[in-house]
Amino acid sequence: MKFKHIPAFIAGSAFALMASISAAQAEKLVIATWDGYTPKDMVEKFKAATGIDLELTMHATNEEIMGKVTASGGEGYDIIFVSSPFAEALKKLDMLAPIDHAKIPNFANLYPEASQLKHDPGNTYSVPYTWGTTGLCYRSDLVKAEPTSWNDLLKPSDELKGKITMLATDRWLMAAAFLADGLSVNTADQANLDKVRDQLVATKKDLLAYDDTTFYSKLVSGEATLVHAWDGWCNYGTAENAKIKYMIPKEGSDLWVDTLVIPKAAKNLDAAHKFIDFIFNAENGKWVVENIMYKVPNKAAMDSVDKAMLTSYPNIAIPPADLLKYEQLRDLGDGMKAFSKTVSEIMAAK
Amino acid sequence: MAPGLLWLTVLMIVPCLLIFVLIFFERGTYGGIDWSVATLGNFTRAFDPLYLSILLDSARIALTATIIALLIDYPAAYAIMKAPERWQTSLLFLAILPFWTNYLIRTYAWIVLLNPVGVINNVLTYVGAISQPLPLLYNEFAVILGLVYNYTPFVILAIYSALQRLDPSYAEASRDLGATAVTTFFKITLPLTAAGVSAGAVFVFVLSIGNFITPDLLGGGKMQMIGNLIYDQFLTARDWPFGATLSGLLIALMMIALLMQAVASGRARGDHHA
Repeated sequence: MKFKHIPAFIAGSAFALMASISAAQAEKLVIATWDGYTPKDMVEKFKAATGIDLELTMHATNEEIMGKVTASGGEGYDIIFVSSPFAEALKKLDMLAPIDHAKIPNFANLYPEASQLKHDPGNTYSVPYTWGTTGLCYRSDLVKAEPTSWNDLLKPSDELKGKITMLATDRWLMAAAFLADGLSVNTADQANLDKVRDQLVATKKDLLAYDDTTFYSKLVSGEATLVHAWDGWCNYGTAENAKIKYMIPKEGSDLWVDTLVIPKAAKNLDAAHKFIDFIFNAENGKWVVENIMYKVPNKAAMDSVDKAMLTSYPNIAIPPADLLKYEQLRDLGDGMKAFSKTVSEIMAAK
Repeated sequence: MAPGLLWLTVLMIVPCLLIFVLIFFERGTYGGIDWSVATLGNFTRAFDPLYLSILLDSARIALTATIIALLIDYPAAYAIMKAPERWQTSLLFLAILPFWTNYLIRTYAWIVLLNPVGVINNVLTYVGAISQPLPLLYNEFAVILGLVYNYTPFVILAIYSALQRLDPSYAEASRDLGATAVTTFFKITLPLTAAGVSAGAVFVFVLSIGNFITPDLLGGGKMQMIGNLIYDQFLTARDWPFGATLSGLLIALMMIALLMQAVASGRARGDHHA
């Protein structure tokens, strides 16, 4: 508030001062999200539909927003976009407001599976925004044999050595090895951690690089031929070269879910619910599928997507019932300490 | 004086003290700090051979980058100083020019040049010099190259200004007394510009050892330096106490380097007056 008034004084205009005061009084929601994760015209459209202003603040990673939110007690945010294990952690810290379904008529647009997520059955404190799988993305014209197993990545054949990348984000890095060994993606048992650590340290020697953000362009350029990828991101590669394909290894995938939560400290709960309702309209969900190339748990949106997209990008067509067969990443609670330590050891290993 | 002291206290001493305090606690379940038990566990963990070897490797890489930078930049600065006066400003300007571009963009430019299907490999393959792409990227070579490249302007400036201040009559006297050009350089010019060399060297070393962007991008994240390890503890593992411990170690190491530089440049000045 105080700072808002300074430019007004500099302008020396009483009118500007009045305007800034009235602007501060208008309804406003602060949304913490990833850059580019929501439609570009969302702010204008939401304002037109509800008269409420949106202020978007960006975070690059879950850990970053988690740090900010736990430091401020959730103060200063009305809606937070965060992956489900972090939503779960915020709930355990008792920082989230309950979701009032009566205020969200567009809940009717969602698949029934959207309310069966293990971290929050019935969507009591979080609502799913996008969901998907993690698997292998590869150049079908450059690999000798189509990959079938996580071990094709973890124990690469000679032709793949130096041409593979892995995700470095802790939960997915470990999940690849857990799945290969038939373990739960949510284990933090020391014996399991040790076992996959040894495998991942061995795999590290065969990697071109760890890559969370540009692995698909490495496939496009041909630097890499097989990469560890989130399904939606593999589609970015497929968009540039149809020879780039996505597959889920026979051992399975994790189910990842990005959610929206309302912190307890939110100033305007009604408006926050209006925002969730707005996000759940078919048009916004359709934008996500067409631009982010992720699946959304929104049936109305998925049904409105051009069928040609489902053919070009088969992973968009994975039905919700199949997604739910995969084990969802969950908050590890106290197990996270040992888990993080193991990941540090892998990243530090030579 | 007072605002300067306030600045130093608020932005330097207080954060350092906070870091020092964190060293003796453990992370909470969801990041944060568990203030209930004091521990020395972070210390023992930091001296685990795994992490200690990262610290030593970082020092080795930073030292290598420093030596290479000096070997390239001393002759460069010398050449600029010897160039006709009217060219000197332009030459210095050219040396500093890349520095006006964002660090990340400069680093990404190297990725474009060095990657297996990048400019250098493609040209070499095209002219038939190689049949397999050279492994230029995502290894220690690329990291050292990135560090040397990025900090070169500082070193050139530091050495150039030392050379500029050097009275040419010393070298003339040496030549008049029969010393060869080589002897003159090693007996007169180099010792008298040691302060500039050590300032440039400390600059490269201190910035290199704590760097985390270059190892991440040019090293492909496979090879960690101490900066990456600290970054990960604070931002990924959310283990602030362990990150603080590693930061403390790094600060101590840098203090030693700066102290050595202060002693070295003090001695250089002493020689000058003798």
